[in-house]
Amino acid sequence: MLKLLTALFLFAALPAVAQHLEDRLADPAQETRARELSRELRCLVCQNQSIEDSNAPLARDLRRIVRERVVAGDSDGAVLDYLVQRYGEWVLLKPRFNTQTFLLWLGPVLLLMLGGGIVFTLYRRQAKAPVAAAAALNAEEQRRLDALLQDDEARK
Amino acid sequence: MRLAYVIPLALFVVIGLGLAVGLTLNPRDIPSALIGKPVPEFSLPPVQGRTQGLSTADLKTGQPSLVNVFASWCVPCRVEHPLIMALKRENLAPIHGLNYKDDPADVAKWLDQLGDPFIRTGADRNGRVGIDWGVYGVPETFVVDGNGQIVCKHVGPLMQNDVDTKIRPLLQDLAAGRQSKVKC
Repeated sequence: MLKLLTALFLFAALPAVAQHLEDRLADPAQETRARELSRELRCLVCQNQSIEDSNAPLARDLRRIVRERVVAGDSDGAVLDYLVQRYGEWVLLKPRFNTQTFLLWLGPVLLLMLGGGIVFTLYRRQAKAPVAAAAALNAEEQRRLDALLQDDEARK
Repeated sequence: MRLAYVIPLALFVVIGLGLAVGLTLNPRDIPSALIGKPVPEFSLPPVQGRTQGLSTADLKTGQPSLVNVFASWCVPCRVEHPLIMALKRENLAPIHGLNYKDDPADVAKWLDQLGDPFIRTGADRNGRVGIDWGVYGVPETFVVDGNGQIVCKHVGPLMQNDVDTKIRPLLQDLAAGRQSKVKC
């Protein structure tokens, strides 16, 4: 019985391992939203971690703010705006599409189109190029070819 | 068929140059979202043992000012402290302190021992005002014009060079009411 209970408790504890336990919201839906938003926000101290993943004190403060805004009834966009106003577009791990970021978003497509274009033109140029007409065999070549073919026939 | 040789070479040069420029950039320099914007609305009590807190109205007096975000636990703050004392002696502009997430007794001791360059010092115990200012690493120094607009932000400890090339000329330009060529 004791073993069973221990096992049960161990399993029950597992999902909590990777979470920050402070200030969890009572409403699970709000908590999930807050956590998803936190995953989209960059920790300004460690730079390539989201505030959800970071242990920096500033990240903790920002997580708290995200939860406050969620509880206050802000939409997802409004929560992100709140932080963008203070820290700029840079806090968003997924930058928004605007005049400053359009190259970032469209870059891969543009490069693919460029590469595709190059391959296409090269391919077409090659297809169009006249295949050099095969020169007729001279007498000596013809004789050798016949000999080879005859040889082949004989072997069969 | 020449093009087939030129294109990869051109791409290589373009990408190489791009990466070379990228290498010289400092990834820790985050462009401030607040430059050109008014200072956030806030009101902070004074730090322990002092009487002058800091609020938005104190930065809209018509006179440019310097706001230094500092903490007693922050080692680089100690490094830049003598420079801020020197700036105070130059009397270019009022210097105010924003004491970020500090222990009241610690900051009082810090200012008493090292010297207090600030006219007003707001105690931001929980760091919320700091976040409104977009602070992500202490020390940070803001140049605010007389109307309470943030003109410049310096992240990290001020060095003599920063004072000579950025802070001082900017404050002088602001005081003279001329357009500043200082880049922030």
